[in-house]
Amino acid sequence: MLNTELVLAAEGAPNPVVPHISEIILGLVAFLLLLWALRKFAVPRFEKLYEERTAKIEGGIAKAEKAQAEAEQALEQYKAQLAEARTEAAKIRDDARLEAEQIKEELRADAQEEARRIVAQGEAQLQAQRAQIVAELRAELGRNSVELASRIVGEALEDEARRRGTVDRFLAELDAGGNGAAGSRN
Amino acid sequence: MGALVLAEGEFVAPGAKDFDLGPIFGEGTFVTKPMVLAVLAAIIVAAFFVLGSRNLKMVPSKFQFAVESVYDFGRNNIAREQIGSKDFRPFVPLVLALFSFILVNNLFGIIPILQFPTMSHIGFPLALSVLVVYPVYHYVGFKRHGFVGYLKNQTVPSSAPGFILPLLTPIEFLQKFLINPITLALRVFAAMFAGHLLLLVFTLGGEYLLLEASAALKPVSIVSFLFAIALTFLEALIQVLQAYIFALLSANYIGMALASDH
Repeated sequence: MLNTELVLAAEGAPNPVVPHISEIILGLVAFLLLLWALRKFAVPRFEKLYEERTAKIEGGIAKAEKAQAEAEQALEQYKAQLAEARTEAAKIRDDARLEAEQIKEELRADAQEEARRIVAQGEAQLQAQRAQIVAELRAELGRNSVELASRIVGEALEDEARRRGTVDRFLAELDAGGNGAAGSRN
Repeated sequence: MGALVLAEGEFVAPGAKDFDLGPIFGEGTFVTKPMVLAVLAAIIVAAFFVLGSRNLKMVPSKFQFAVESVYDFGRNNIAREQIGSKDFRPFVPLVLALFSFILVNNLFGIIPILQFPTMSHIGFPLALSVLVVYPVYHYVGFKRHGFVGYLKNQTVPSSAPGFILPLLTPIEFLQKFLINPITLALRVFAAMFAGHLLLLVFTLGGEYLLLEASAALKPVSIVSFLFAIALTFLEALIQVLQAYIFALLSANYIGMALASDH
């Protein structure tokens, strides 16, 4: 009873290995439509995204390399500038020293000149004063001597010519005696 | 029909008849459940990828990440791996469509209410393998190597010694031009057919034990239902695996057709 029913049921059912033509057609059409949709819309978008990502990563690497090169260049430039500044500073220092030396020399020369001038002036002044004093003393001495002599002699030597001659004679004698004394002392 | 049999109190094991579902919009129309499911799967996959690829960002959102993961799996793990990084690009849509379309159709087998793997009707896998994959890989092969060059490339392994060629060449020819597309379709068909049948056996068996068996046997139905649940998980694994294998082998055939050396 059970067996016959099973056999009947199996005979009633279609063979599962025999395909339905309608299903083949429908499956094919559905799949091709799906394939078209993916090929037309989805895949190009994803591929574009992949390319953008790759480009971005590569771009980032390039950018980093560029930044590094720039930094190195800046460092070089900075070092060069530093060296330049150092030589310049040394040069300025040398110049300043030289200039100071020069100024000092000039000042010294000026001061020496001034001193020499002052000394010369003083000497001239002294010379003049001495000459004046000598002249004055000579006049004074003459007058005194005449006065003393007139007192001693008792006669007034009023006569101008005689007086001058007497005084001159006396002074000449005095000079000769002074010189002789000085010469003997030396 | 099943209800009639059950009412009489005799258990009829599920078989091929349970895969013949008949028109769902009543007698006279020819639209069947697997047809609706196939169209539904195509719509789901197309929507998933087309909507998921709108507004793609350099840094993906959660949904974009999910879509991208599937795309990446089809593109890099299947297409590029099997075809080679030089030639794989034109075949990415095909491999991706094969994988995702079969995957969704298979998963229908364990999704409640739908609960029918479309690929257990051999028409669908046959359409994909014989009418899509088969022409594609032979077409690109002939185009790449020329007619004779491709035949030689496919049927005369360069590493085989000369005396074995009379034996090997017919086998290779048979395999490349006849067996590969058929087995490609049969593999997923058989796995889905058997898996669905297994689930039917344990579910209907449990139902029969619960409703019709004597009181002493009723608790055994629990074991039957537990088995059905455990097998559902196993089915989930097999369904994913079969979709992967189908896409992988398709890509592999394309890669072999394009390869300059056998």
